[in-house]
Amino acid sequence: MNESIRSILKEHGRLAIEVETLAEAADLYQAGMTSHASVNVMLALESQFDVEFPDRMLRRGVFGSIASIREAVEELTAGR
Amino acid sequence: MSEYSAKSLHDGLVAHGLILPTTVQGVFGRSAVFEDVLQRVADLITRMAKDDGAEVMLFPPVLERKTLERSGYLESFPHLAGSVFSFTGDDAQHKELCSRVHHGEPWADLQSMTDVVLIPAACYPLYPHLAGRLPKGGRTVDMQHWVFRHEPSPEPTRMQSFRVREFVRAGSPEEVVAWRDLWLERGLGMLRKLGLPAEADTASDPFFGRGGRMLAAGQREAKLKFEVLVPVISRENPTALCSFNYHQDHFGQPFGIQTEDGKVAHTACLGFGMERVVMALFRTHGYVPVEWPRAVREVLWP
Repeated sequence: MNESIRSILKEHGRLAIEVETLAEAADLYQAGMTSHASVNVMLALESQFDVEFPDRMLRRGVFGSIASIREAVEELTAGR
Repeated sequence: MSEYSAKSLHDGLVAHGLILPTTVQGVFGRSAVFEDVLQRVADLITRMAKDDGAEVMLFPPVLERKTLERSGYLESFPHLAGSVFSFTGDDAQHKELCSRVHHGEPWADLQSMTDVVLIPAACYPLYPHLAGRLPKGGRTVDMQHWVFRHEPSPEPTRMQSFRVREFVRAGSPEEVVAWRDLWLERGLGMLRKLGLPAEADTASDPFFGRGGRMLAAGQREAKLKFEVLVPVISRENPTALCSFNYHQDHFGQPFGIQTEDGKVAHTACLGFGMERVVMALFRTHGYVPVEWPRAVREVLWP
């Protein structure tokens, strides 16, 4: 899953540094992701994993690192 | 006037001849009395800002379309924007246009997009003019513009076209945030001096769609937007009369605005919804300004 997340970040995150070099816990906003870019990341994750983030997850922090994105997606896909 | 409702305010303003409704929600005329109060509020704001050295600018109520496109407005608020279209066809198409209008048929497809849009927020025309290096200490600009928001509503306080008195500060993050905090206090103080029970709160913009919910939550978390609120049509949901927005580099980046040492400049703006301030005064003190409390009249008619 981390690879899919990294590839979405590469395409939509508009990060200032190479996605491959990012640690899982690294702050994506610090890495240059704007709030509008984070919306595109969110929408791309939804279509990639066929999930819909509920309102409680539409927060800045949920999309703040590869690890937190993975946790959120795992929660939504659990039991599939 | 104990009851707060959109209808009671609307009916009160109409009964006293202060607004002149049309058949379109959120679009109405203003009377001389209404305009006098609005001008007095504008003068009061001018007095408050007199030592700030703000540059005064005035733009028409239309904006270059490319400025809107560059600003990111359509990413955030596509549902509020108003684009100007006009007829550029030939004689045959003109005949078709007239015939369709005459028969009450749709005619939008016979128009084409122009180079202008309606100003969505009072500060937008300014940003292209701030491009380049700012002087030491940044710049502060004072404007009042008619702005357009496509949000028809029966609430008199939610207009499609209204005036915003807006100040913009461009400079370093520290300069901009300190300035915003100063004005938040000034705005609160000014409205309280007018006898309005004003309170400040964090707020978010009405961003479009599901992505918008995320942007709004981020804006609240980062405390980028504050509003000063007063009960006007509801006690539980008071109306925002002023808003204070810290844009960070949202405009500095696309419009190439730099601080004197060459970093991307940050900007903030604060806007007074002029009609809303006037309506709050009418709702709080009554529809006849000569009968307002003396203390309030002395502030507005010094």
